[in-house]
Amino acid sequence: MKNLTATQKIRYSRNILVPEIGMTGQQKLLKGRVLVVGAGGLGSPALLYLVCAGVGTIGIVDGDRVELSNLQRQILHTSEDLDDLKTHSAQDKLHRLNPDVSIELYNKPFTAKNGRKLVSGYDFVIEATDNFKAKFLVNDICIQSKVPFCHAGILGMFGQVMTIVPGQGACYRCVFGNIPEPDQVSSTDQVGVLGVVAGTLGTIQAAEAVKFLIGRGKLLLGRLLTFDALNLIFREIELPSPCCEVCRAAKLIQ
Amino acid sequence: MAIHITLNGKPHAVERRMDILSLLETLKVGPASVVVERNRNILHRDMFGSIVLKDGDELELIRFVGGG
Repeated sequence: MKNLTATQKIRYSRNILVPEIGMTGQQKLLKGRVLVVGAGGLGSPALLYLVCAGVGTIGIVDGDRVELSNLQRQILHTSEDLDDLKTHSAQDKLHRLNPDVSIELYNKPFTAKNGRKLVSGYDFVIEATDNFKAKFLVNDICIQSKVPFCHAGILGMFGQVMTIVPGQGACYRCVFGNIPEPDQVSSTDQVGVLGVVAGTLGTIQAAEAVKFLIGRGKLLLGRLLTFDALNLIFREIELPSPCCEVCRAAKLIQ
Repeated sequence: MAIHITLNGKPHAVERRMDILSLLETLKVGPASVVVERNRNILHRDMFGSIVLKDGDELELIRFVGGG
């Protein structure tokens, strides 16, 4: 693996000092490729921490522009970025934060048509989208392409997160089945979401990506972690083995 | 006789024999708004009315959380 430059040794010294990371772990991070789908509430903290940590290549998928109502939680964007593409606004901040990191922009929504191509070539995907259609789509495409990813969802003062390594534990569809009817569930447009919930969950997603890249620790596999900010309670729900038709079609079920 | 289950990690007693659908009704939770996991198996929504709670069941009501 490529040796670190003198500047990198200083920039990443506090990573390298962590016994579980060390010089080898940092080299793995610098070689790592992570795709973040959605540069909003979850994507903002995830991107900031992945870029700080020195993950070598980061892809960002988002076709939206920065809106005033985003700024209460999407900490990557500022008042000066209103109406700019989120990908461009993100790149601007992230490059200034750490020019070491190569940032690849996909200024479009994640779709059934482009999804496979988008995830291919990345080691890990962060699902930071803001709607069920995209959440199920990212899941299905990552399962079909056998790319590990971390899902998170946020609403009000509540959030949930789980990591999926295809074949190792339930996927998002194994648990949630199908896209719910819009009149049966609430959305952030109706009941809002607190910025720190996005921050907490997006940060956990970044931690999962880092752990995956360095190959240390225990990922959130087969477990759904829920976060209730109002009562400050984290809970873990044990999930079943892979059991959905997408896992079956990908031959992940024996 | 009361049936004692674990609901979202906490002890919960129901006063009579009831199925999942009735439990959700008493909790005022819409059956289409949650995923129900019983003893680590995800239950098909069509089965909510026919699965009767048993002593010791571990139930998780998992919310759909779509924001990002």
